[in-house]
Amino acid sequence: MDLFEYQARDMFEAYGVPVLQGITADTPEEVEAAAAKIGGVVVVKAQVKAGGRGKAGGVKVAKSAEEAKELSKNIFGLDIKGHIVKRVMVAQGASIDKEFYFSVLLDRSNRTFLSLCSVEGGMEIEQLAEERPEALAKVPVDATKGIDLATALSIAKQGGFDDETAAKVAPVFVKLYDVFVKEDATLVEVNPLILSSSGEVIALDGKVSLDDNAEFRHERESMERDELDPLEAKAKAMDLNYVKLDGEVGIIGNGAGLVMSTLDVVAYAGEKHGKVRPANFLDIGGGASAEVMAAGLDVILNDPQVKSVFVNVFGGITACDAVANGIVGALKTLGDKATKPLVVRLDGNNVLEGRYILEQAAHPLVTVVDTMDEAADKAAEFANR
Amino acid sequence: MAIFLNENSRIIVQGMTGSEGMKHTRRMLLGGSNIVGGVNPRKAGETVDVEGKSLPVFGTVAEAMKETGANVTVIFVPPAFAKAAMIEAIDAEIPLAVAITEGIPIHDSAEAWAYNVNKGQKTRLIGPNCPGIISPGKSNAGITPSDITGPGPIGLVSKSGTLTYQMMFELRDIGMSTAIGIGGDPVIGTTHIDALAAFQADPETKAIVLIGEIGGDSEEKAAAYIKANVTKPVVAYVAGFTAPEGKTMGHAGAIVSGSAGTAQAKKEAFEAAGVKVGKTPSETAALMREVIKSL
Repeated sequence: MDLFEYQARDMFEAYGVPVLQGITADTPEEVEAAAAKIGGVVVVKAQVKAGGRGKAGGVKVAKSAEEAKELSKNIFGLDIKGHIVKRVMVAQGASIDKEFYFSVLLDRSNRTFLSLCSVEGGMEIEQLAEERPEALAKVPVDATKGIDLATALSIAKQGGFDDETAAKVAPVFVKLYDVFVKEDATLVEVNPLILSSSGEVIALDGKVSLDDNAEFRHERESMERDELDPLEAKAKAMDLNYVKLDGEVGIIGNGAGLVMSTLDVVAYAGEKHGKVRPANFLDIGGGASAEVMAAGLDVILNDPQVKSVFVNVFGGITACDAVANGIVGALKTLGDKATKPLVVRLDGNNVLEGRYILEQAAHPLVTVVDTMDEAADKAAEFANR
Repeated sequence: MAIFLNENSRIIVQGMTGSEGMKHTRRMLLGGSNIVGGVNPRKAGETVDVEGKSLPVFGTVAEAMKETGANVTVIFVPPAFAKAAMIEAIDAEIPLAVAITEGIPIHDSAEAWAYNVNKGQKTRLIGPNCPGIISPGKSNAGITPSDITGPGPIGLVSKSGTLTYQMMFELRDIGMSTAIGIGGDPVIGTTHIDALAAFQADPETKAIVLIGEIGGDSEEKAAAYIKANVTKPVVAYVAGFTAPEGKTMGHAGAIVSGSAGTAQAKKEAFEAAGVKVGKTPSETAALMREVIKSL
């Protein structure tokens, strides 16, 4: 999960990372009140998870609360790369002397943590990495040791900081690593980290990504999240691993790799059938019970874009007869609501029993096909009718 | 021969007494694996009867190794305890640890992996979040069904569990030396390259199927490795051409970020290395069939 800037700011503050005052606001009136509370020059910043907010007009400097209110009217509702601005953060203005860059992240390629650091901040990190790669230090961090003050000083030096400034930023690096570990983040980035004209180090903008696998040891229920597509929200409520896509063929399968592969095979087959595409990703996982199958079918059949459904199961731990019973049971539960053709391909554990159950049920909507490629072709053909 | 796992493998199960651990201990035993015991500190000293075999439960991996001569552990403990289980296995210097558990926090896996690296990698870690490894007819450490295919000349390495099963099924008339599921998490112990190197060195393996998916750069690295080091024929399959950017497709690691990690980039890397890439699992199996015929 990627955090909004204000959430990252609040998290930094909780760990003692120096930040400026920032108050969220959802209306121009709230902006005015927040700006008045902070006083002086403020910056109104759109809270969307997209880069290039400044260029899109989502970040404005205001000299008074009244001006902040007026400026915010043009920020609310703004479409920044497909994200509509519904919330802004009113932040205290800063007088910047120097801008730096610091981040710590998971380096998947080398299976380690990595710190990126540069005395030259402010610009997009991708741009810096491309134009001035020698100015960006990339320092591997041992996950069993972390970043202590000595390591932080070394990182700062490698990033081009002079001794005096390194001594100022290093304690902040240690605190940012604290955020990274204690919050189970996969990315903590500060850009820019600034030296103010009064000589203070301040994290002016932050990006934090959190590991979903670690939710069980954190209290994140109350955090604002991205608005989900209604079908994705419904699937999530039923604990289904579902991603909405744009096509016509609904997909249910078991195992992430097989389902991804099923999507590809359907898109490939769709080239011959009016360019139909997969409508979703849905992995019902290892223990595909009748209930899970019913819940999955319910979500997919409620997608108005879906014209046909492809159920693709390889029974490893899952037994095909359980899957077949799940399909039959789900169709019974759905009754008249089930109106779209279902193409089913079963293989593996108890496949003959599974196919027999479907044959005996002889549901008019169900077509059983032997192979994955043929089944994808059939499902694409149905979707194109 | 086969790689990493063979008829001499003596397997213990960490988390054997839990419901998943018990279910799969039974399945592994029925599939012919030599399971010699389990680990659970709260049930140390007890024995568990599984499929007519009485399996001792030990307090630690080290103790289990000492008492049974175990050289493989399969980890089924829940995500919250998986880091401790992996580190315990690494501390005991067991040669092979297979972590099946899905949903382990990335920090925990990264820490366990760094711990293993710091200790000189005396333990080969497979996974986490993987189906495990099977050398058909010899041994099975994990959750792969034992009866999909028999022994044969093909080596298979895959990020995905069900695609592993699918490919074993497609090629069941030819058979496999070893099929290894390396897992779909961002931090895993054994990589495509590790498996390729072992298959290249294994006289029983005549050809290799590699299955990849979106996310990371394991496939691109594997392609470069094949070009430089692998003389046996390799065919590849990559899943996730239709995956949109920024959406996690089931596996924690299966995500396309920006231009990195796309299926197209991986396919092109393989083709540039002279590796044929199938459009579907069946087409990939057909490519392998041609390879086997030509040997």
